[in-house]
Amino acid sequence: MDFLPTLWFVLIAFLWIGYLLLDGFDLGVGMHMLVSTRSEKERRLLLNTIGPVWDGNEVWLITAGAATFAAFPVWYATLFSGLYLPLVIVLLALIVRAVSIEYRGKAATERGRRVWHVLLGAGSFGAAFGIGAMLAITTTGLPIDENAIRVGGAFAWFSLESVIGGLAVVGFCFVHGATFLALKTDGDIRYRMRRIIRLSAPVALLPIVVWVLIVVADGSSLTAYGLVGVAASGAVIGWIANRAGREGWAFTGFSVLLTAGASAIFLAAYPVVLPSSIDAAYDLTIQNASSSDYTLGVMTVVAAIGIPVLLVYQGWSYWVFRKRLTAAAIPDAQPVVPAVKRP
Amino acid sequence: MDWLDPVLIARWQFGITTVYHFIMVPLTLGLGPVVAVMHTMWVRTGIQRYLRLTKFWGKLYLINFIMGVATGIVQEFQFGMAWSEYSRFVGDVFGAPLAMEALLAFFIESTFLGLWIFGWNHLPKKLHAATIWAAVIASIISAYFIIVANSWMQHPVGVEMIDGRPVMNDVIAVMTNNTAIVAFAHAIMGAFAVSGGFLLGIAWYQLWQRRRDGIDTVDENGRVVVGEAPEVPGRDREDHSVWIKSLRVGGVVAVVAFAGVALTGDLQAKLMFEQQPLKMAAAEGACYNGTSFSVLALGELGSRDCDDVTNVIEIPGVLSFLAHGDFETEIKGINTLVPIYQELYGTHIPDNPLYGAHAGEAIEYVPMLEVTYWGFRLMIAFGMAAAGVAVLALWMTRKGTVPRSKLIMLTAIASIAAPFAANSAGWIFTEMGRQPFVVAPNPTGIDGVYMFTAAAVSPGVSAGELLFSVITLTLVYAALLVVELTLLVRYVRGGVASAMPELGTPDDGDPQDKDKDETDVLAFAY
Repeated sequence: MDFLPTLWFVLIAFLWIGYLLLDGFDLGVGMHMLVSTRSEKERRLLLNTIGPVWDGNEVWLITAGAATFAAFPVWYATLFSGLYLPLVIVLLALIVRAVSIEYRGKAATERGRRVWHVLLGAGSFGAAFGIGAMLAITTTGLPIDENAIRVGGAFAWFSLESVIGGLAVVGFCFVHGATFLALKTDGDIRYRMRRIIRLSAPVALLPIVVWVLIVVADGSSLTAYGLVGVAASGAVIGWIANRAGREGWAFTGFSVLLTAGASAIFLAAYPVVLPSSIDAAYDLTIQNASSSDYTLGVMTVVAAIGIPVLLVYQGWSYWVFRKRLTAAAIPDAQPVVPAVKRP
Repeated sequence: MDWLDPVLIARWQFGITTVYHFIMVPLTLGLGPVVAVMHTMWVRTGIQRYLRLTKFWGKLYLINFIMGVATGIVQEFQFGMAWSEYSRFVGDVFGAPLAMEALLAFFIESTFLGLWIFGWNHLPKKLHAATIWAAVIASIISAYFIIVANSWMQHPVGVEMIDGRPVMNDVIAVMTNNTAIVAFAHAIMGAFAVSGGFLLGIAWYQLWQRRRDGIDTVDENGRVVVGEAPEVPGRDREDHSVWIKSLRVGGVVAVVAFAGVALTGDLQAKLMFEQQPLKMAAAEGACYNGTSFSVLALGELGSRDCDDVTNVIEIPGVLSFLAHGDFETEIKGINTLVPIYQELYGTHIPDNPLYGAHAGEAIEYVPMLEVTYWGFRLMIAFGMAAAGVAVLALWMTRKGTVPRSKLIMLTAIASIAAPFAANSAGWIFTEMGRQPFVVAPNPTGIDGVYMFTAAAVSPGVSAGELLFSVITLTLVYAALLVVELTLLVRYVRGGVASAMPELGTPDDGDPQDKDKDETDVLAFAY
């Protein structure tokens, strides 16, 4: 039994699910900045709902990447170099998003603010799509040869599956972000978000269902099918709860969809971490891609300390900022003027 | 030179993104503790000045912080993207400090900084001050982990070779690598030098503006007479104390940091003479064995042929002192070291198709001399210049304000750049000086733990992909640098009122306003 590699496979799955659940709504809010707001105050309201937490949420992605490097260097090296172009897009999108969140409110003009929130919306969309494509590829396959080197050129990753994965994460973030906003705001936005969820969820969540089915249908265990059932009921419960105006349940329902759906995908993929679309003999697995037991042991100790503590303080930060925000309470913007005596 | 060589493009990309990232990072590392101390002073004493200091410098800290965050993700990803052979070779030992950094530092830093930004009037005062400390300490811990990773590339320890790959067998040795400990101390001191110069230059500008506007004047002894301009938000008497305090804190931090930089730099150089002798010989342009420190070398440094280099000014004994602490020991020159390296690590890159166009190529062991020679000297020169400015500034402002001269003010502003430049020059020197290795061999370590940079890139990634990323990243980074500088300038020009808009709105005594402030207004940072 490959205990340590299996444990790290589970931990990396946990980090990815944590990332999609947490930064998922930040990315969704970024998209809604662009398409679902009607006034400057509303846009600032949206930004302030994620303001205190988005950066901490993004670290889940960095940690998923770094943990993959530490625990499965061959997986990290092959996946990240094989998906070079999509990851460049993800990086550019994340850079633009981060800077837009911080700098938008500091823009001096209306036009400047518009540039920033267009970038924020586009960055959120691009990041979600690229990350979705990457996760889809690592579960459905990439043309890699016996040296775990991508063949077929810069666009070898481009496939129906990668597009479905990209759309799946975009769609999920869109719905998840709306659910988060319905839960975190009051006033017009709250009710508008309920309507958006009601109308968009059946379409926006379709790609994630297709992706789960593609991976799981590839000869999976009964448990994986069970998880698919759980995911489907989560989606239905989320949709019904939203209709009934129960935002907490709606958020829980869609979170269950993501958690169970992603778990089904990871479970179905195990022990393969990156299938080769050329020959199954070249598949990267938790055995041939992992670090030594010594390194995994050291990292297990670090994770055993770091992750529980993380859950406590990050949970606490959500508790501190638990209040619903309203557009009416947003103060007027204060222009920054030079502290100069004018004659 | 082949401009479409993936190795070359990937190196440019790594260089550009890393040097850029490390413009923002030292300011974050060095300014954070200063803001945390100011915040603590405010909580402990309740003196307004400290609140203003915290808010103003905190605002600049955040404008800069986000750029470090945004460009940091690229660092985490590009090892795998552009350097997959490197990642495969070293992953067992190199990935661990990166994952530790994420798990034990980045999470704390980002979460607690969010709590600090949005926690004003939301959290109990002491707890709120504790959040900035948590974020700042975590950022320093993150610097430690990343320098552990870098130091392993400079001086690999704590591994054994299994199936041709270094495998970690002693995590304590990796974490306590002597290279890492001195490099960390050196980098942190360098970061404080940056923040000292930053505080000093900006505070000087503010004091100068108060004098230019006739708010502050000087008496016949040259002592400051503090005034106020009620029509300008924030320009009251207290404002003067904010800036003179900032200036003095900045000056002292800069001087102390420079002492620390010199001390740790000396330790680092002594280690480097043992661990990477060729890097230090290249730093000197030293072709032949000797004891002299070169002050000025002329000739074709770029040719990498030692015999084209002539030292016109050199100080006997100083090089030996730098390396060993005495004036006699002969230091090995490039012409002595290269044959030793060739014997140990070969004369050609292995003829393996994995290495693309570089397979079978002759190895150039001498780093680019113009970069190492001048990088080393510019680092020292900029560092000394910054410290000199700080001492001079402290002396010139001993009577409580700055001279009215615009030229001196502009010099003070310009010298903000010196410690940044020293930091960049130092890193460029040490990274370029490690070439042709990406993992430099450890002379006292076990055999086989080294890697040539030419063998480290991603074999499957084309020059086109690399060009696309290096061009787009460079363009985006350049645009963002303009944006960051514009914002910093605007907030600096606004003075404290730019970070505390309440200074601009006169208190009309309506208690309802105050309630609204505390419950709602300040909770919105964006």
